Amino acid sequence: MNQSTPIVDIKKLDYAINGRPVFAGLDIQMQRGQVTAVMGPSGTGKTTLLRLITGQVMASGGCIEVEGQNLRQLSRKDLYILRRRMGMLFQNGALLTDLSVFENVAFPLREHTDLPERLIRQIVLTKLQAVGLRGAAELMPAELSGGMSRRVALARAIVMDPEILIYDEPFVGLDPISLGVILRLIRRLNDALGITSIVVSHDVQEIASVADQVFLLSGGKVVAQGAPADLKRSPSEIVKQFVGGLPDGPVPFHFPAPDYFSELLSRSEDH
Amino acid sequence: MVRELWESLIESLEGLGSVIRFLLRLIVASPRALMRYDLIAQQIFNSGALSLVIIMLSGLFVGMVLGLQGFQLLQRFGSGEALGTAATIGLVKELGPVVTALLFAGRAGTALASELGLMRATDQLSAMEMMAVDPVQRVVVPRFLGGVIAMPLLAAIFSVIGIYGAQLVGVQIMGVDSGSFWSQMRAAVSLSDINEGIVKSLSFGVACSLIAVYEGYNATPTAEGVGRATTRTVVTSAVVILFLDYLITAAFL
Amino acid sequence: MRKSHTLNLGTGTFVLLGFAALFFLSTQTTSRGLSFGRSPHYILTAKFDNVGDLKVGAPVSMSGVEVGRVSKIEFDSKEYKAVVQLRINNKFGQIPTDSDASIYTQGLLGGKFIGLTAGGAETYLKDKDQIDFTQSAFVLENLIGQVLANFTKSKADAQSAPPADTKPTEKTK
Repeated sequence: MNQSTPIVDIKKLDYAINGRPVFAGLDIQMQRGQVTAVMGPSGTGKTTLLRLITGQVMASGGCIEVEGQNLRQLSRKDLYILRRRMGMLFQNGALLTDLSVFENVAFPLREHTDLPERLIRQIVLTKLQAVGLRGAAELMPAELSGGMSRRVALARAIVMDPEILIYDEPFVGLDPISLGVILRLIRRLNDALGITSIVVSHDVQEIASVADQVFLLSGGKVVAQGAPADLKRSPSEIVKQFVGGLPDGPVPFHFPAPDYFSELLSRSEDH
Repeated sequence: MVRELWESLIESLEGLGSVIRFLLRLIVASPRALMRYDLIAQQIFNSGALSLVIIMLSGLFVGMVLGLQGFQLLQRFGSGEALGTAATIGLVKELGPVVTALLFAGRAGTALASELGLMRATDQLSAMEMMAVDPVQRVVVPRFLGGVIAMPLLAAIFSVIGIYGAQLVGVQIMGVDSGSFWSQMRAAVSLSDINEGIVKSLSFGVACSLIAVYEGYNATPTAEGVGRATTRTVVTSAVVILFLDYLITAAFL
Repeated sequence: MRKSHTLNLGTGTFVLLGFAALFFLSTQTTSRGLSFGRSPHYILTAKFDNVGDLKVGAPVSMSGVEVGRVSKIEFDSKEYKAVVQLRINNKFGQIPTDSDASIYTQGLLGGKFIGLTAGGAETYLKDKDQIDFTQSAFVLENLIGQVLANFTKSKADAQSAPPADTKPTEKTK
């Protein structure tokens, strides 16, 4: 596999939820070793895209290839094997509440490997050290703050040394310090471990500082892509609205409604 | 009106089919899940040991009421000495399995449903899927098996305490002869009565645990979704228990 | 893993209690007692004209003590009699060969059981022997019929002669 083959290759993707189309003919190529950001207004299906990439849901049309394997052709068992090479950080951490921090990080090791206890301990502590939480190993998830549980989830996501790391809205609800910590970790882990990272977020400024490639989705299609600096200079209306945080533009402020004047008048006439 | 009835009938059938398919999925995943006996032991503890207090208390009171009422009734026919028989048969065949199952649905069933519903709502189940661990095998089956194993044991404990409760009231308070209490019981109660009770409590165990884990696993991932799942667990369990009770009683006749 | 001590203790205690309860129910509340499996026994047969609603598993007692159980009830189509197989506990091996077997009713309206009354012979029944003297079941409807018949007969007699007592007897060989 040469350098130019994308690690995630999405071609002409179609997907609908309850008849409502989410994606129609989506094309995204993500390169190995890069931090790729997927951004867009609320409801464009960013999380759904992640589920499609990890095979949790199946596309109705088009094709998704991860590491050169067509997801549609994989059996359940092969899908599980592929997933072991991916790590995912969920929006709220998704730590198993009845296990301690240490046990949570050790979970994938215990389930998939036969490593001796000593080795598991070393690996877990190393990963916790990488996210700065080695001292919190004996705490329970309920005792952690939002930022801390996300870091633990990150340690868990990297414990099996995956090749792809997926972050689902990692910055939501974090204070500036924790946010900065996570940002730094995303970039550092990506470069230090030589992996590929996919970040779904809508924090433009934050993402721009760490991403190599950005895809902006709207209406189920890619409306802009490129390096963060390019995006900031883009003339496209929707990109400008998104990057600038403008309340009204191609993504309308008003929810579709009948004519304002006539609605007001008709109500007073009913009296 | 008829159309609504028809639609809800179809809906119920669909629901039943869905539950049965889930049961099959649980059965298929069971062999591998059984190898993690630590998980199953934990669940037996959660569903069984933690329910002990309420089961024992209820058993005692039900037994005592049975002693009171039973004695009053039998005394009218001059058969007060048959209290032992009446209490034992009533407890072992009906009250033990049914009341235990209803209490189980209320205490352990809701705990199972809300646990699983919460895990669904906080993406824990998805996270496990992502880590290539089958959540059904690791989380759902142990809880299901824990409930199935715990139920007959709980029902037996309920019945035994109930019998002693009846004895307490009948012999100590009402003056039934202790010897008659036990000897008449021994003569009249047969192993098939005990078997019927065990079959019932096993069936109730399967039904209640299945309903609880099904509702929890398939709950809508919101706070109210989990709440609804918990309520549905209790209601559905109660109806199914009473229905199965009739079926099994008729089958044993 | 600190919790595992209480967990193991709790689960173990619970399961132990549960099985103890099951054991208690099976042995202390039924007539089975602590006997596991079949105790050594021998088989006797007895033929009756009418067994009423005698059931397999009904007790066989002698002087009120249970000595065995009814193990099989079959029909002999040559003699038109019911053939009842009795499983007698080996402990009770001294039943004289001229003893008789009658079918009694438990209480007033209870189930049927077989009562053996000892004869005077000096030899004892062995495995596969037959009890020759039997008395069939007491069928309530027959008695009512006889009482009514008697009643109407005595009424008729009273009009012509002093009433005579006739007791119905049924003794079959």
